[in-house]
Amino acid sequence: MNKLNAKIPEGSLGEKWSNHKAHIGVVSPANKRKLDVIVVGTGLAGGSAAASLAELGYNVLSFCYQDSPRRAHSIAAQGGINAAKNYQNDNDSVYRLFYETIKGGDYRAREANVYRLAEVSGAIIDQCVAQGVPFARDYGGLLDNRSFGGALVSRTFYARGQTGQQLLLGCYGALNRQIKNGGVKVYSRHEVLDIVVIDGKARGVIARDLVTGKIERFGAHAVVLATGGYGNVFFLSTNAMGCNVSAAWQAYKRGAFFGNPCFVQIHPTCIPVHGDQQSKLTLMSESLRNDGRVWVPKKKEDAEKLQAGTLAPNDIPDAERDFYLERRYPAFGNLVPRDVASRAAKERCDAGFGVNNTGKAVFLDFKYAIDRLGEETIRKRYGNLFQMYEKITAVNPYKNPMMIYPAIHYSMGGLWVDYNLMTTIPGLYAIGECNFSDHGANRLGASALMQGLADGYFILPYTIGDYLAKEIQTPRVKTDAPEFEEAENRVTGRLRALYDIKGTKSPDHFHKHLGHVMWDHVGMARDAAGLKEALRAIEELKKEFYRDLRVTGDFTAMNNELEKAGRVADFFELASLMTRDALERAESCGGHFRLESVTEEGEARRDDDLFRFVAAWEYKGEEAEPALHKEALAYENIQIAQRSYK
Amino acid sequence: MSDKILKELTLKIWRQQNAKAKGGFETYKIRDVSGGTSFLEMLDILNEQLVSENKEPVAFDHDCREGICGMCSLFINGRAHGPDDEVTTCQLHMRRFRDGETITVEPWRSGAFPVIKDLIVDRKAFEKILQAGGYVSVTTGGVPDGNAIPVANEKAEEAMDAAACIGCGACVATCKNSSAMLFVSAKVSQLALLPQGKVEAARRARAMVATMDELGFGNCTNTGACESECPKKISVEHIARLNREYLKAKLQE
Repeated sequence: MNKLNAKIPEGSLGEKWSNHKAHIGVVSPANKRKLDVIVVGTGLAGGSAAASLAELGYNVLSFCYQDSPRRAHSIAAQGGINAAKNYQNDNDSVYRLFYETIKGGDYRAREANVYRLAEVSGAIIDQCVAQGVPFARDYGGLLDNRSFGGALVSRTFYARGQTGQQLLLGCYGALNRQIKNGGVKVYSRHEVLDIVVIDGKARGVIARDLVTGKIERFGAHAVVLATGGYGNVFFLSTNAMGCNVSAAWQAYKRGAFFGNPCFVQIHPTCIPVHGDQQSKLTLMSESLRNDGRVWVPKKKEDAEKLQAGTLAPNDIPDAERDFYLERRYPAFGNLVPRDVASRAAKERCDAGFGVNNTGKAVFLDFKYAIDRLGEETIRKRYGNLFQMYEKITAVNPYKNPMMIYPAIHYSMGGLWVDYNLMTTIPGLYAIGECNFSDHGANRLGASALMQGLADGYFILPYTIGDYLAKEIQTPRVKTDAPEFEEAENRVTGRLRALYDIKGTKSPDHFHKHLGHVMWDHVGMARDAAGLKEALRAIEELKKEFYRDLRVTGDFTAMNNELEKAGRVADFFELASLMTRDALERAESCGGHFRLESVTEEGEARRDDDLFRFVAAWEYKGEEAEPALHKEALAYENIQIAQRSYK
Repeated sequence: MSDKILKELTLKIWRQQNAKAKGGFETYKIRDVSGGTSFLEMLDILNEQLVSENKEPVAFDHDCREGICGMCSLFINGRAHGPDDEVTTCQLHMRRFRDGETITVEPWRSGAFPVIKDLIVDRKAFEKILQAGGYVSVTTGGVPDGNAIPVANEKAEEAMDAAACIGCGACVATCKNSSAMLFVSAKVSQLALLPQGKVEAARRARAMVATMDELGFGNCTNTGACESECPKKISVEHIARLNREYLKAKLQE
C-alpha cells in the first residue's frame, strides 16, 4: 500500500486549485453545526483556521500553551508578508512568486502546493486590510512594499518591523469575534500531548491543563495541528521559549509521516551569542538587508584587532572592507536567500575574519544608507529594530555597524501532508510551519506569514470540508472510548516516568547539551562522520537524561519543569530522526549543506538524480528503525537548474 | 563590548504556591552575573541554582523573549518591567543594575489580575474586553481589494502607534486605580483611525468600556503613569480619543 498519495489534482498548474475546489465535498450549514474541529496552536495558521472554520459554522476547540492566543510566536515575525499583487508594476505575477519560491526552496517543494500558495497570496492582503491591519502606506494612501531576499521584485507588505504582530492581532480579532459568538472555545494554558486515533481516524487529543496539572480528554470529528516549528531542538534559536514539537511528534508516533526533518533554516541576521548562560537568540529582520551592507575586514590583522577590541569598525576605511555578499553574488548582493547568506558568513568567520571577541560575527552596516537617505528615513523604516538592538547589546547601530551571526530560525520540515493538508492519519491535518509542504529546503523571507495565513484562511477551510462531508453521520465523539483511556494513560505514564527519575540535573541542562550536539553536527555544515557522531552522542545523552533528570515541584499542579521535561524528551527523539534524515540525504540543498557535496566554487551542489524527493519517515516503534518513504518531485512547469544568485 | 560582572545580587522574590495560598517574599543570593545577561536569563540561572538545591524554581511568565509577545510581566524594584524605559522585562539587561544591589520582584498587582502562582497572573480580563468588540466584524473572503480604500499615511502611522500594544498589562499594574483605559483605548483608537474600523466604532467603544467596567478595573484619573511605564510607549492621547469615541457613541443612543 502506498500511503504517500499527494492527491495532486488533475489539470494544468493554473487550473488545479479551481478544479479541486469545484469537485470536493461541501458540508451544508445545518450539518456544520454538528461537527467539532480541534485546532492546536493559535499562531497565524491555527488562529486563522480556527476563526475561519467557526465563521463557516463548525464548532471549534482551540488550544494554546500560552496565557492567550495572541502570544503565539507568529507575533515575533518582523519584516513582512509576500503577495503577488504587482502593485509596484515591477512585473510580479502568481507565476513569478511561485517560481521564486520553488527556486528559493532549492527545488525540493511540491509544484502544485506552491502554485496554490502564490494564487491565494493576494487575498490574504485584502483580508488583513479589511481587519484593520495598519500596513505601511505611501503618501497617496496606497499600500507600500519592500524587497526581501531571493526575489527580483518588491512584493513584501509590512507594518513597520512588527508585521507578524499586526497580522496575528488581526487574526486574533477574528478569533475573538467567534469566541464571543460561541463558535470557538479557547483552551489557553493547555498543552496538547497526544492525538487520539479511533478506527484509523483522528478523533481527539489529550491535553494537560498547565494551571492545574490535570490531564484532560477532548473529542472531535477532525484535528488540525498548527503547532509551529521545532527549531528549539537546538536549544538556542529565534523560537519562543515554549515552542516545541510535542504534539507533532506524538502525531508521528501515532502514524503521521514526518517530512524532511533535516530541513531547518538558519537565519543570517541574528544578534551573536554573548555567553553560555544565554537562553535564546534574537533575530534582526531580513528587511535590514535592504539598506544594510554586510562586510568583514579584507585584512586578517584588522579582524584580529577587532576580535581583541583594539580597533573600532569605523576606523577601517571602505577600501579595506570586504563586502563579501556583493563580491560573491553581484546579481542579488546583500539580498541573497538566507541559506546562502548564512553560509557565506560562516565561511568568512571560519577563515578567521569574524569581528567580535568570539570571532563569530560579521558587520551589517547602515552607514551607507544613512549617508544616502538620512538618519530619519532609516529610523522610520527600522526604528524599533535599532532600539531593540541597542537595548540588547548597548551599542548604537546608527553610529556603529551592527554585529550579526546566523542562528536557527525556521523548520521547513514537518508533518507530511497531501494537497489537502491532511497527514497520513485520516482526519488529522497539519498547517503552517508544522507541515513540510511549501518551502522545500529553504524558505524565502516573508513567506512564513504568507503560508500560515494561506493555509488557515483560504485552503484548510475548503479541504477539510471534503473530509467532514463524509463525517456528517458520525455523532459527537465521546471521550469515554477505550482509545481515549489508553491515550490518557500513555500521557500520564510518560510524564510520571520523567517525574519519578529523581536525578540531579534539570531539563534545561540536558536541553542545552542536546543543543550543542545538534549545532555542532547537524547545524550549518554537515558530513557523514559528524552525523554519525551526533547519533551516538544523542543516544548517550538521552540515556543520561532518563537516568539523571530531576523534575522538582508537584506532579498535579502548575509545574514549568515538568512541561520542559516532556518537551526535551520529545526533542531527543526528533533529534535522532533529523540526524538520520540528514545522513540519508547525501546532497546539499537549501539549508541542508553536506560538506561532501559542493561545487568547485564552494557552493552547494544538489543531486537531482538521487535526491529529488520528499523524505517521509514512518514511525515503526520504540526499538525499531523508522522507515523511509520517498515522494518523487516532478517539475513540469519549471526548468530545474542549479540555483545561482550570481 | 565587554560587560561588567555583578559579583553578588540579593533577590527578594514573591512566592505563592497557588491562587488560594498566602504568598510572601523569599530572599535569594545570586553571584557572578554578566551585565549582558537579560533579567529573565538571570532568573533562569537562579532557577538552575534552586533545582540543584532540590527546591522548586520560581514560576514566571515568558515566551518570545524579544519584547513582542507580551507574556512576560514582573514588577521590578517597584516598576513595571523594571528600571529601563521602553522595554519589557525580557529585554531588560543586568547592566542596568549595580553590584551588591537588592532587587525586589513582584507579580502585577491588580484585583483584575489574580495571581496563579509566584509571579504568574491571570490576564483573562483583557481577553474578555477584546472579545466584547476589539475587532472589525469581517468574515474571511468577500472583502475588497487591499488598495480599494486609500488610507492617509499619517492615519495609518497613528493607527500603527496604537496597534503596537502587546497586551502585557503594565498599564494596569502601574495605575494606582488599576485602570485598563490605556489598553482599551489603544484598540479603540487603532480601529477608529482606519476606514475599515470606523463603521462600528461607536458600538465597539461602548461594548469594550462596558466590559472593562464589569471586570473590576478602576477609573482613569489622568495621572499618565500608564504611558510612562508602557514598554511600547502607547500615548495617553489614545485615551482622549477613546473618550471622544465613547461620548459620540453615547450621544448617538
